[in-house]
Amino acid sequence: MVKVTYIAADGTETTVEGKTGDSVMHTAVSNDVDGIVGECGGAMMCATCHCYVDEAWTDKTGERQSEEDDMLEGAASEVKANSRLSCQIKLTPDLDGLVVHMPEDQF
Amino acid sequence: MEQGPIVIVGAGQGGLQAAALLRQSGYEGELTLIGDEPGLPYQRPPLSKAYMAEGNADALILRAAEFFDSKAIRYLPETRVHAIDRVSRRVGTDAGDLDYGHLILATGSSNLRPPIPGLERAMDLRTLADAERLRGKIATPRRFAVIGGGFIGLEFAAVARKAGHAVTVAEAAARLMARAVSEHMSAMFLAKHRDLGAEVILGDPVSSVVDEGVTLVGGDQVAADEVLLAAGVRPNTDLAEVAGLVCANGIVLDGRLLTSDPAISALGDCASFPDPRTGRMIRLESVQAATDHARHIAARLTDKGDGPYAAVPWFWSDQADYKLQIAGLAQPSDRAEVVSEDVVLRFDDQDELTAVETINNAKVHMKTRRSLAGGEPVTADDARALIG
Repeated sequence: MVKVTYIAADGTETTVEGKTGDSVMHTAVSNDVDGIVGECGGAMMCATCHCYVDEAWTDKTGERQSEEDDMLEGAASEVKANSRLSCQIKLTPDLDGLVVHMPEDQF
Repeated sequence: MEQGPIVIVGAGQGGLQAAALLRQSGYEGELTLIGDEPGLPYQRPPLSKAYMAEGNADALILRAAEFFDSKAIRYLPETRVHAIDRVSRRVGTDAGDLDYGHLILATGSSNLRPPIPGLERAMDLRTLADAERLRGKIATPRRFAVIGGGFIGLEFAAVARKAGHAVTVAEAAARLMARAVSEHMSAMFLAKHRDLGAEVILGDPVSSVVDEGVTLVGGDQVAADEVLLAAGVRPNTDLAEVAGLVCANGIVLDGRLLTSDPAISALGDCASFPDPRTGRMIRLESVQAATDHARHIAARLTDKGDGPYAAVPWFWSDQADYKLQIAGLAQPSDRAEVVSEDVVLRFDDQDELTAVETINNAKVHMKTRRSLAGGEPVTADDARALIG
């Protein structure tokens, strides 16, 4: 299992355990973490799973792809250098302890 | 704030979203979600895409079992609703009678089964059980005939070709996905599927399904081991009709997504509602409609907003390495302006932008989707400037 901590815009922290291979979005949604919506189920159609990867983890999660960049055009909150669509970050043992911050709004 | 109890009939994506959003919006009354399929609520779009290719059913689950306990949502799988008693505000189900203060019908749609002899030989691709059955067939090399060249038939065809099967798609209309996209996009996808090695037959409807495959009206035979029926869907309105709710190609809703009974809302595939842009009655089969309807209804029932429904439709389809994205909703008669091979703008007779069709171009899709969501008409010049 891979631990992921989600920090809401108001500072609330939720730590859950995800499975290797699952996405950060799927892990949040299936554990009912408020703040990640993932309306399209990870098809890169909705930009409602926007997250900011904690600065300490950006090297490990890697860069966002160009299609992700394009979809973030539709994000409801500010897009920053560490913005990602959490459906595109797949959990690996390397990401155990990952911290992501959630934006104010997903719509 | 609705005091409840709230009963949701249908545990697809829209029904599940409505339940989740009601709790998120602070509704604390009784909440029951009823589905007729076994297992936890799941996503349907991947059934003909990633699931068909990879077979990972866990990835489809929308919420874990604990979610329903922690949110005090009574989830009743494999449960049928037989009748709605609107006078006593009660639904009769396999699990007994349930009272409601407000009822949400999210009954979805079923595969359209045209009156074609032998059609009982054809498989469906609608539910997880259908998809599991079909996946069992793609384990060994076969010849597939697909009846219908719409999104689902073509998504399946792409997966089956990639897995090395022989595939013939028979579409009754003169072009692929004719209801959903412009002629240019139909042609792009026709070329793609032929490139992939599928045989695509247009304008020659299937007249019968036989042991050897399918027979076409024109007299040709398509030899096939397995036949998939993907000729569209019909809204599940039986329950609503028997209860006396107004139905016409779906359960008829007003701009607030209420049925002809103000104690009953409806959403998703089964609902016919006024197009926010034109006022024309429309029915959409999409994740977007199901979830945006759910959001609107949850907000109304929890006093978080009761304006007219105004969401912009969007659609997608993954077929091999082509991702089709559609922002907005065009009428078939809307003019198509082919901007480039991968971008088509659609305009109505006032020259206002109605939809944008793109292939592998998320940037244009999102820009135009946001612009259409702005609520103001987007002129042809605006649209061209936007995608510059």
